[in-house]
Amino acid sequence: MNDTLLKVRDLKIGATVYPPGEKPQDIEIVHGVSFDLERGKVLGLIGESGAGKSTIGLASMAYGRGGVEITGGEVWVNGRDILKSSHGDVRNLRGGEVAYVSQSAAASFNPAKKIMDQVVEAAVEHKKFSRKEAEGRARELFAKLGLPDPDNIGSRYPHQVSGGQLQRCMTALALCPEPDLVVFDEPTTALDVTTQIDVLMAIKEAIRDTGVAALYITHDLAVVAQVSDEIMVLRMGVTVEYGSTDQIINNPQEEYTQALVSVRSIEHEEKQPTPEPVLSVEGITARYKGLNFDVLHNVNVELHPGQTLAVVGESGSGKSTLARVITGLLPPRDGEITFAGRKLSPDLAGRSREDLRELQMIYQMADVAMNPRQTVGTIIGRPLEFYFNMRGAEKRKRIIELLDEIELGEKFMDRYPAELSGGQKQRVCIARSLAAKPKMIICDEVTSALDPLVADGILKLLLDLQKIEDVAYLFITHDLATVRAISDSIAVMYQGRVARYGPKSQVLSPPFDDYTDLLLSSVPEMHLGWLEEVVAHRKMESAGN
Amino acid sequence: MHPIIKLVFQRLALGILLLFGASALIFGLTEALPGDAAQAVLGQSATPESLANLREEMGLNRPALTRYFEWLGGIVQGDLGQSLTNKLDISESIGKRLGNTLFLACVAAIVSVPLAIFLGLLAVRFRNRWPDKLISAITLTTVSIPEFLIGYVLVYFISVKLGWFSSLAMINDTMTLGQKLYAIALPAFVLTLVVLAQMMRMTRAAILNLMQSAYIETAELKGLSTFQVIARHAFPNAISPIVNVVMLNLAYLVVGVVVVEVVFVYPGMGQYLVDAVTKRDVPVVLACGVVFAAVYIGLNMVADIVSILANPRLRHPK
Repeated sequence: MNDTLLKVRDLKIGATVYPPGEKPQDIEIVHGVSFDLERGKVLGLIGESGAGKSTIGLASMAYGRGGVEITGGEVWVNGRDILKSSHGDVRNLRGGEVAYVSQSAAASFNPAKKIMDQVVEAAVEHKKFSRKEAEGRARELFAKLGLPDPDNIGSRYPHQVSGGQLQRCMTALALCPEPDLVVFDEPTTALDVTTQIDVLMAIKEAIRDTGVAALYITHDLAVVAQVSDEIMVLRMGVTVEYGSTDQIINNPQEEYTQALVSVRSIEHEEKQPTPEPVLSVEGITARYKGLNFDVLHNVNVELHPGQTLAVVGESGSGKSTLARVITGLLPPRDGEITFAGRKLSPDLAGRSREDLRELQMIYQMADVAMNPRQTVGTIIGRPLEFYFNMRGAEKRKRIIELLDEIELGEKFMDRYPAELSGGQKQRVCIARSLAAKPKMIICDEVTSALDPLVADGILKLLLDLQKIEDVAYLFITHDLATVRAISDSIAVMYQGRVARYGPKSQVLSPPFDDYTDLLLSSVPEMHLGWLEEVVAHRKMESAGN
Repeated sequence: MHPIIKLVFQRLALGILLLFGASALIFGLTEALPGDAAQAVLGQSATPESLANLREEMGLNRPALTRYFEWLGGIVQGDLGQSLTNKLDISESIGKRLGNTLFLACVAAIVSVPLAIFLGLLAVRFRNRWPDKLISAITLTTVSIPEFLIGYVLVYFISVKLGWFSSLAMINDTMTLGQKLYAIALPAFVLTLVVLAQMMRMTRAAILNLMQSAYIETAELKGLSTFQVIARHAFPNAISPIVNVVMLNLAYLVVGVVVVEVVFVYPGMGQYLVDAVTKRDVPVVLACGVVFAAVYIGLNMVADIVSILANPRLRHPK
């Protein structure tokens, strides 16, 4: 019997796009990709957004999302070309031979049905197992994937378990009908790093124990290096490089792959604290209306002029709440904030226009932070009018200056946000906040929604601008690599408290507290076998205790 | 207490409060109309003296608020007062006619609700293809034509020309269920046509909206057939919006039946109300108003409660 499970030849995928005000156009998004996958092996598909990796993954189930259509090529699964198969045969393939694990298990589970009903559905539907057998198998998988209370977790509803647990349930859902191939589409991207490592290990062990083959799709090379045997690097629907994991990571041939491997090459020398901080947060305790517990407990941090304080933590640690308190959107219950030598009113309504001008903000989602019906020029010009009363030629000149500073240039002035890429949008948002000539900018996860190379460019730009404009950044992020790249001092937040705070060199050097240690060691590193090392290390430690 | 029980009780309490508000509004509006019951009774023969005497006799001289609470007290005890024209007890007359109206509405609902939901599911299954367009075209046409026109057209063709059904939907206690159903077939059909479109469109929209969800993709990638995906995965999540529109239409069936009852001379609430209005029988109008309000509020309250019960997050808190 042939060992090739999945054979893709010259796969071409098209989509219909609807540009505003123009006729619908058919475009090609994957331009002839070929690869083979043997039984029990794992192929990593890696690339930035728009590379076509999810589209290729779904094509192995003969599925096109939205208006996406497979326009050419062959996809052979178990010895037949599924693009030429009948409707009924494709249905048997989906869920029976090939299963899918999506990025957001929270959205992919039906909120109205119990987890068990959804996990066993495909196995029962394709008559692989009886309902009873399938439930038994599901419980085994729950246990194998390290879910708590595997015998009863199936009788819960999706909203009753955590995000990391649900992602594992999704893996169980995919493995339950004993498929030959599982398509993992960014299965750990939406998780916190400390959760990601557990889910990653659970997935890896499940793949090994069941002997299933997998397509592992991600934008994170360090993650894919841990689980796959081979890696295919994709860019704009074209194969850039295809080889063994070892070769891609340790000996990349193509320039683009080398850039991906060496990303985060920013060197930033830590600056010394000044006697006079621009922002000092003292004893802040805060809670949201309607909650009966505090979200922030006695938070104390300082930010010095022209420097960067990184506030790092996982979801729910209180880092965004801290930003809301500083901006005045959420008046604290206790504590005070001193900014540029004066006490800030806890409430936004009590702040002067000067307070507002000197403290600007950049958000994670650049596209929703801009009015889609205003041009870039209008967007950047607004703070110039509002704070400096600039009009006409003077305003225009300043807008062009700002556009040059963010490396976009005058030609972008009359464009609308919809015409910009993600990175360009974020640059416009940066220019808009700089237009106010602030002393400090709060950057809330500004690179989290961007691809690594684009994010790198934004970080470099922010550092350059810091030198020119002497602006301080309060940089909120969950990504420790970003923290390393740009910060002067770091505050690690955990459950509403500052777990560790100080200059970068000190925070990132041992001895660590338990949480910072866990956080730092959970960041995937780009070498083979990292996952096993960390997990083995943790097992030893817990055995030692 | 389980939070869901609390929510349901809140809805019930709100419904009752709303009913009191509605009763006050109905009473206030009839008060604001020119003329009163005494004038209505005496009509052309009214002299200032006889008017004053009758008002004294009927207690109309007392302040409106006192009369309102008296009236309300009566309603709470099930006493809706006396008709001015035939001096009969209103509760008794309404009881029978409400039964008839509910019978007609129920028959129309039993036909229209499953039909509307089925057509909605069918329209989603064949979205933007000819079955979808045909269903939309027909239901939208029937909802766009006033029901009395449909009624008269049907009477002309089916009753007069073909003679299949009677043009008068008279029913009485001596008839068997089968005879009754035969008698009300035409009005029930007209009502079905009127409410079908909205329920069908809403079902279609609610389910189409859900079809974009990631969990629908998951279901498709499990290899389920399109109809299984819709029925098993989309429909349970669409219950809440669908129940809402169904209840609104049921309320319309009871309250809006007036016109259809008049067309087919059906002995229901609608005809009773229209008679009372032409005869200026204020207590009957008031009573009918309150009964209609109670039905409307009651059905919407049921819709709210079903929506709460259909939400798994509320049913099974963490």
